[in-house]
Amino acid sequence: MDKLVARIAAVAAAVMTLSLAPAAPAQTKQLTLCWAAWDPANALVELSKDFTAKTGIAMKFEFVPWTSFADRFLNELNSKGKLCDLLIGDSQWIGGSAENGHYLKLNDFFDKNGISMKDFMPATVLGYSEWPKNTPNYYALPAMGDAVGWTYRKDWFSRPAIRKEFKEKHKRDLAPPKTLDELKEIAQFFQGRVIDGKTVYGAYLYTERGSEGITMGVTNALYNYGFAYENPKKPYEMRGFVNSPDAVQGLEFYKALYDCCTAPGLTNAYMQEGLDAFKSGQVAMQMNWFAFFPGLYKDPNVGGEKIGFFANPAGPKGRFTQLGGQGISVVSYSNHRDEALQYIKWFAQPEAQKRWWALGGYSCHKAVLNDPGFAKSAPFAQDFLTSMGMVKDFWAEPSYAQLLLAMQKRVHDFVVAGKGTAKEALDALVADWEKVFKEDGKI
Amino acid sequence: MSETTVPLTIAEHAARATPDAVARQVRGLSDRAIAWLFISPTILLLLAINIFPLVWTVRLSFTNFRANRPNAKILGVGIDNYVSVLTDPDVWAAMQSTAHFLFWTILLQTALGFALAWLVDRRFKSHGFWTTVILVPMMLSPAVVGNFWTFLYQPQIGLWNYAVQFLTGIPAASFSMIGSVKLARWAIVVVDTWMWTPYVMLICLAGLRSIPGYIYEAAEVDRASPWRQFWTITVPMALPFIMLAVLFRGIENFKMFDMVNLLTNGGPGSTTEVASITLKREAFEKWRTGYSSAFAIILFVTVFGLANIYVKALNRVKSR
Amino acid sequence: MTSAICAHSVVEPSGRSKSIAGSLVVVYALLSMLPLFWIFLTAFKSPPDSIAYPPKVIFKPTMDGYCGLFSTISRQTPEYIASLPPPTSICDKVARARNMVVAGPSNFLPRFVNSLVIAFGSTALSVLLGVMAAYAFSRFRVPGKDDLLFFILSTRMMPPIAVAIPVYLMYRWLGLSDTRSGMILLYTAVNVSLSVWLLKGFIDEIPREYEEAALVDGYTRLQAFRKIVLPQAATGIVATAIFCLIFAWNEYAFAVLLTSGQAQTTPPFIPFIIGEGGQDWPAVAAATTLFLVPILGFTVLLRKNLLRGITFGAVRK
Repeated sequence: MDKLVARIAAVAAAVMTLSLAPAAPAQTKQLTLCWAAWDPANALVELSKDFTAKTGIAMKFEFVPWTSFADRFLNELNSKGKLCDLLIGDSQWIGGSAENGHYLKLNDFFDKNGISMKDFMPATVLGYSEWPKNTPNYYALPAMGDAVGWTYRKDWFSRPAIRKEFKEKHKRDLAPPKTLDELKEIAQFFQGRVIDGKTVYGAYLYTERGSEGITMGVTNALYNYGFAYENPKKPYEMRGFVNSPDAVQGLEFYKALYDCCTAPGLTNAYMQEGLDAFKSGQVAMQMNWFAFFPGLYKDPNVGGEKIGFFANPAGPKGRFTQLGGQGISVVSYSNHRDEALQYIKWFAQPEAQKRWWALGGYSCHKAVLNDPGFAKSAPFAQDFLTSMGMVKDFWAEPSYAQLLLAMQKRVHDFVVAGKGTAKEALDALVADWEKVFKEDGKI
Repeated sequence: MSETTVPLTIAEHAARATPDAVARQVRGLSDRAIAWLFISPTILLLLAINIFPLVWTVRLSFTNFRANRPNAKILGVGIDNYVSVLTDPDVWAAMQSTAHFLFWTILLQTALGFALAWLVDRRFKSHGFWTTVILVPMMLSPAVVGNFWTFLYQPQIGLWNYAVQFLTGIPAASFSMIGSVKLARWAIVVVDTWMWTPYVMLICLAGLRSIPGYIYEAAEVDRASPWRQFWTITVPMALPFIMLAVLFRGIENFKMFDMVNLLTNGGPGSTTEVASITLKREAFEKWRTGYSSAFAIILFVTVFGLANIYVKALNRVKSR
Repeated sequence: MTSAICAHSVVEPSGRSKSIAGSLVVVYALLSMLPLFWIFLTAFKSPPDSIAYPPKVIFKPTMDGYCGLFSTISRQTPEYIASLPPPTSICDKVARARNMVVAGPSNFLPRFVNSLVIAFGSTALSVLLGVMAAYAFSRFRVPGKDDLLFFILSTRMMPPIAVAIPVYLMYRWLGLSDTRSGMILLYTAVNVSLSVWLLKGFIDEIPREYEEAALVDGYTRLQAFRKIVLPQAATGIVATAIFCLIFAWNEYAFAVLLTSGQAQTTPPFIPFIIGEGGQDWPAVAAATTLFLVPILGFTVLLRKNLLRGITFGAVRK
């Protein structure tokens, strides 16, 4: 039985050498791009074939679902990992990634290659590229414009029997809502209705707890009711802004909408559950990111003529919507910075951007967006432009994760679990946030 | 292995020509040297990957260190982290969730597992095969199990909801196991019980089989009823085994992370946020490394302490 | 298990109680297999069938699930698809029937390979270390033996997340994050306690007389270890190896926190399988099936030693 020991040792040695060797042979140049696992990412894989054809640099992709996206890649950045050469990271990461040196600063590269941020939509440059905000320090190229919008079942909305009943009940025509109150009215109207033999529900809302879901949903009501993150004149002063009476009303509205008009059991639901609910014909209206609208429009069951779109309706204190979307950055720990920059250079060209939009990605380039045919190029294009003109974003501070988790907890506990009152939830949120900023030495 | 056998045979020839004791000292290492040579790699590995990190954790727990702020200054904060962990209502909520999970999983698994073991011990035809079938769930990856149970628990399309509808008439679409504040705690208990009942069964079965037959024969002679035999012989004799199963399940479920992480991720709200999930959130989402180190130490001391007390009780039962 | 029956002689249960007990156990076994069977079926469903309401038991089997698992697909317009060259693979054909194109391979295969390399690597190491330490503990007087053994066991009581915090920092510092060798070392450290405890039990059972006879014959200790003890312990070594393998194969907490891509194993990857929009259930089911099949085989192999493995050798029958 010498052999047994020898074999075990041989296997161990073989495996150790195998594991120490680099995972892929470095003969051909290869870049790894990290992003979330969703429709646009698959479209980007398709688009990137062109880059590989032009430069001979092979592309690898790491896609992670949204619910693990921040955990996974912030962990990767914090561990100075070399997995990602290019990272399409969330807008709120820019502060931490810039301050901790995770992202390469791109100003010099932009200047040298004639890439101008003036060619991109201002809201996306502010949201995805700049840190500190409103200064010309760029850490990313706007890659994917996005905001929260709504889809609705156009086919249901246009059925004569349903229209007639709605008119009798509400004294107006059934049409995509212009205000949040109208939205709730319509949702209530559809809630529990039997359409084609199936019980359907009014609206689909974000309620997810673990990552960012419910925050990305509730802000669409909060902003429009008058919630603000801080005193516009005095940064980090949050008392009376985060928990203002208006903000409390906004939160109450979201809970009321959740209570009256959503499908049962959607207590921890984000983008994917929304798509499932809409595609399976369960809901009349769905809140979701514009990113999914091209895919939904192409859907064989609920797409085409059956689907309509609208931008987030106005509330009593204005009309805003939650910003989504990401910029593409070069990870500073990468061993392939030059190739990664080459990719950004290729991606920034107007031709690539036009093809990007055609394949299902939301370009932020003015060459695409200002094209006179853009608004008509897809049924949701006009709503996208409208939405991008009224976006607001969550904190992009280095402590964003802590700020976000606090909000997730407070809002979810109130809206879904029904703990306490809206006022208590927002008061507690202010206290949480103040604690975070105190620890950071900002107040 | 021809290269090694040649010198060995030479050595053997040489060995035969010399007296044993001398030979051993000349050619071989002393027993003591071998003992240390054989044990030290393991100890070194454990020191490097387990103990050194543990000591490091203790050190970090007295600082405000954050793993995501490489440039920030690290300050000592004394026992502040421990104080804030122990006074944090969220931590206590997590402990409560853990306790609920522990209590019910252990209770259900012990009851079901013991019952199954007792049935299997009736030694019906092909019981060996069926026992193996029953054992399958406990061999699976808890993470993968948690992930696919989210599918089985889907309100309208999931097998579980449909089975409930079939058995009780409650419409499948009317409830969501992992979505409802009331049901989610039970959702994780159900999955854990499905997975680990076989484990308890297996240990209990060993317990039942360790009871010598002559005790039952003597009881038969005394005309003790089967019911009485069960409570006076079967249960007490199998008790050390049951307690062993409870001990192992207790430790494992106190640490529970993977299955719950993928099944509910602590939701809805924080209803199923067991201790390990809270710890993960603090350490790897909020990146409060110092604080979470203190929490980790507290958890470790707790599990270690409880296990020790339990082992003592176990020994007392055994020696009885 | 069957061998144990002959060993003791309980009053034989009656035929009727046997058949009642048997049918109850069979019912339980079938019920507990149902979820696994359902996953197996789901892997062959088309995505709409997999989320049909009520659930479909009879359906047209497709390869959508397995294709979705091994490739990245993207929905495109029929005009765009018409402009492409004809499909070259089955999966391409399957995808195009749904107005989708295969954009590239998915990351499942590399993750599966990682799982294999890390599981086998750490198993080989932990068995090697374990058999050595177990032999020493079994045969020699080691000062503080009980304390050392208890120390080895106690490392297993720590919650993995608690261990992961410092290991994360240490690996970042050493450049071991997201490397296969880092994961092999870590899993070895976790498994070695089980390995030592189990193997010590197996070696304890080998009569010392064999070795002593060999020593008298002029073997050195090392020779006796290799030529006498190891062959006798072969069954135990194999059983221990399978236990280590299963642990490393199934592990999730360390994998999810310490790896992101290059060394990521299958369990943290499976929840990442996202299709168009929602979770691609047929693909997830296909991955789950492929991942669980080896475990079924191991369970059968381990039947006789299972009890010992799960109780750290505390129960030996």
